Amino acid sequence: MNQKTIYNQTHRDAGAKMVDFGGWDMPIHYGSQIEEHHAVRRDAGMFDVSHMTVVDVRGADVRAYLRRLLANSIDKLKVPGKALYSCMLNESGGVIDDLIVYYLDDTFYRVVVNASTRDKDLAWMAAQAEGFAVTLGERADLAMVAVQGPNARAKTLALLTPAAAERAGALGKFAACDADGLFVARTGYTGEDGFEIMVPEDQAVAFWQRLAEAGVRPCGLGARDTLRLEAGMALYGQDMDESVTPYEAGLAWTVALDEGRGFIGRDALERQLARADARQMVGLVMDEKGVLRHGQAVFAACGQGEILSGTFSPTLGKSIALARVPAGEVGAVEVDIRGKRLPLRAVKYPFVRDGKAQPDV
Amino acid sequence: MSEIPGDLKFLKSHEWARVEDGGTVTVGISEHAQSLLGDLVYVELPAVGDKLVAGAAAAVVESVKAASDVYSPVTGTVTAVNDALADKPETINEDAYGEGWLFTVTLDEPDQLGELLSPDDYAALVEDEAH
Repeated sequence: MNQKTIYNQTHRDAGAKMVDFGGWDMPIHYGSQIEEHHAVRRDAGMFDVSHMTVVDVRGADVRAYLRRLLANSIDKLKVPGKALYSCMLNESGGVIDDLIVYYLDDTFYRVVVNASTRDKDLAWMAAQAEGFAVTLGERADLAMVAVQGPNARAKTLALLTPAAAERAGALGKFAACDADGLFVARTGYTGEDGFEIMVPEDQAVAFWQRLAEAGVRPCGLGARDTLRLEAGMALYGQDMDESVTPYEAGLAWTVALDEGRGFIGRDALERQLARADARQMVGLVMDEKGVLRHGQAVFAACGQGEILSGTFSPTLGKSIALARVPAGEVGAVEVDIRGKRLPLRAVKYPFVRDGKAQPDV
Repeated sequence: MSEIPGDLKFLKSHEWARVEDGGTVTVGISEHAQSLLGDLVYVELPAVGDKLVAGAAAAVVESVKAASDVYSPVTGTVTAVNDALADKPETINEDAYGEGWLFTVTLDEPDQLGELLSPDDYAALVEDEAH
């Protein structure tokens, strides 16, 4: 039996088509994935992301623990509330998961990991905690709603008390605060502005209804996937896994090789850098008709690779993809779709940001 | 689910066939198939003059979610394709049994019609799949 979030009945009442997503019964769409996608690019949409795993890490050694656990450096977090995106690696430099960590105070950080990797993440985090004075506490009591789009913040703030709205309205990007008992973070997975909001479960359904009444459109995981791919954001399990280093997943920017910090996987990453043989992630656009899909073979000057995430981009009206190809000059790229070779263009991604196609896409 | 027109016959793989007055067969995908696929974004049709074989892949429909082969219900030669779908593939979502038709094909072996499901049998099959 699949697990259910607190919103399960709310989704069903709204006519959602439900699917199994990593063991969770989740809405894929509420009628039209494309219309939901456009709602987020043009106005405001909301996603139930309560299936994601929230872990509170507390203790005197929390900083030392996270400096070892994460490939990005939490030393970058100077102000309480600030967030950091990072990979958690194994000793070979392979990605166990990608996550967001919030700095709340010197003995308290909050980590959000993927739903599909919950069990192995918790086991890994617990194993690595040995020798550190930290405790790990899963927060299954928190629901989570992502409100995203150009009007998402305004529509959310209008539901808060004046003092809370002022605090949440003043948040910079990648920062969080408490607001009326909600944990409001200015983060997201769509390439639009907005909030990800943790809500105590007993208030969760009412909060969702208030957002809906304020004109925030419920959106399913289908739109979430096309939005994140347009935004060039990697999806764990599809764009990277334990056989891939961050360098091979377009996530070099999340690795901090800061002086003297011995994080797990660092030695393997430094060896890979020295060999200069890391495979590379490329963004691809197809001007021909058709849809790029996971698993299709691509052929570049540097050799054969594979499409990891591919979809039809509702914003661009054509297909886009992330692919991994060997090291070297990418050059001209072709894809094999059902035995036919079609030309692609390698482009810088994100493909879409803040509602607009990026130059050359 | 919307009413299935009585003059259609179906493959288990969710294609419909309608025998037209001139003896050709119009082919499309069912209402159930389009709802499973979701928003359609691309259709790859055969060329006029292509020889099709009953039960073999004849076209591809792609939604945001997945690509799906469309099998020809009958053996014959393609006489027309619905070019309007190139720019408006969502027509299939909106009107699967009408404007969303895919192609027409000659009926070289009329006996093959007997192999296809009636609207009631098809409706029962869809009902079974749902449980």
